[in-house]
Amino acid sequence: MGLLNRIAPRRSDPETPAPQPASVADPVFATKALRKFLTCLTSHELPVLLDLGPVVGSNVAFFGEQLGCKIFVEDIFADLDRHVRDGKLDVFAEFLKNRFPQADGTVDGILCWDLIDYLDRRAAQELTNHLTRVLRPEGALLGFFGTARPRDTRYTKYIIVDEVNLRHRSYAAARGRQAILLNRDIIRLFSGLRVSDSFLLLNNLREILFRKPA
Amino acid sequence: MWKRDEAVRPPSGQPTALPQQPPPMTAGVPGPRSEASHHNMERDIVNIGKSVVIKGELNGSEDLTIEGAVEGTIQLRDHVLTIGPNGRIKAQVFAKSVIVLGEVNGNVTASDKVDIRDNGSVDGDIVSPRVAIAEGAHFRGSVDMQRKAGAAQPKAEVKPGTPAAASQQPAQMPPGAPAAGHRVGA
Repeated sequence: MGLLNRIAPRRSDPETPAPQPASVADPVFATKALRKFLTCLTSHELPVLLDLGPVVGSNVAFFGEQLGCKIFVEDIFADLDRHVRDGKLDVFAEFLKNRFPQADGTVDGILCWDLIDYLDRRAAQELTNHLTRVLRPEGALLGFFGTARPRDTRYTKYIIVDEVNLRHRSYAAARGRQAILLNRDIIRLFSGLRVSDSFLLLNNLREILFRKPA
Repeated sequence: MWKRDEAVRPPSGQPTALPQQPPPMTAGVPGPRSEASHHNMERDIVNIGKSVVIKGELNGSEDLTIEGAVEGTIQLRDHVLTIGPNGRIKAQVFAKSVIVLGEVNGNVTASDKVDIRDNGSVDGDIVSPRVAIAEGAHFRGSVDMQRKAGAAQPKAEVKPGTPAAASQQPAQMPPGAPAAGHRVGA
């Protein structure tokens, strides 16, 4: 026993804590569509981005360095949470009507993430109408859609690790995902856009890259 | 007489320094002069305390830390502005670097960097080539990291409480700021 202790420290030794990775709880998943989304934007001169998720400093820095762009951060998840907590979910679709101050056709890229999954049909349609409106012709929209029912009511913050990897950091939500959308439902929602690329990932996430016709 | 001489004499073996002669200045070697400049640097960081409320235009040519409240315009062209944890700003801000630990309601333009720390809050548009936003920070508005050619002057007129209203104003950059837009990577 003494010899073993000398050769290798015991795992339960309180004086030698096991080294922990930086973020054990946040899994990293591959992304196929992000690189294509970036490629779409590099063809634009000084592009304008609209991010519908919570602000992530490293994402802002990533897009700024990659594209030298202007980013509007419009955290719709926070708006949704506030409406749920205030019991005003029925007016959320109305709220979205005046949510986006951007003029028509002024945005080159939209990061929609998985927001649509958390909205009811009416709010989702209102949102997609406005996103289609603000998107410039030839602009790109990146959307994620769950294909399996999640077990908890949490949002996911997508943190860009690099062009092909995203860290999924979940955080508390007031509302869980709504109905899982089929492909045809998604295409109907974004009727003003065309599907450029669609990927079904191993983590049951469908990534769809939309383009606005010229 | 003898005792007086003894008092002036330096410790054993060391040459007597003439008080009239300035100490030799050598680049990179710390000396009494660099100590003095260090004190000057410390003195150059001005602090606006918690209880201070300023309304109007705030101009300066030294680093500034604000713990109080400011409404209007803040211009520190070549210096660092720090909004302390107790700082509450309703203003357009122009500086070389801006560090936010408190609350800012208004547009922030920095020629070098904007750094929103944990618990810091910015409601407004940011224009800066480098932006860092910490995990627990609050931000609502837009981030413009475009490297625009030419510097523009900020407008004197400020409408506090309407950060988005001034978002169309061009960014003010000091001379020597990165001129043409350039892209890195993809």
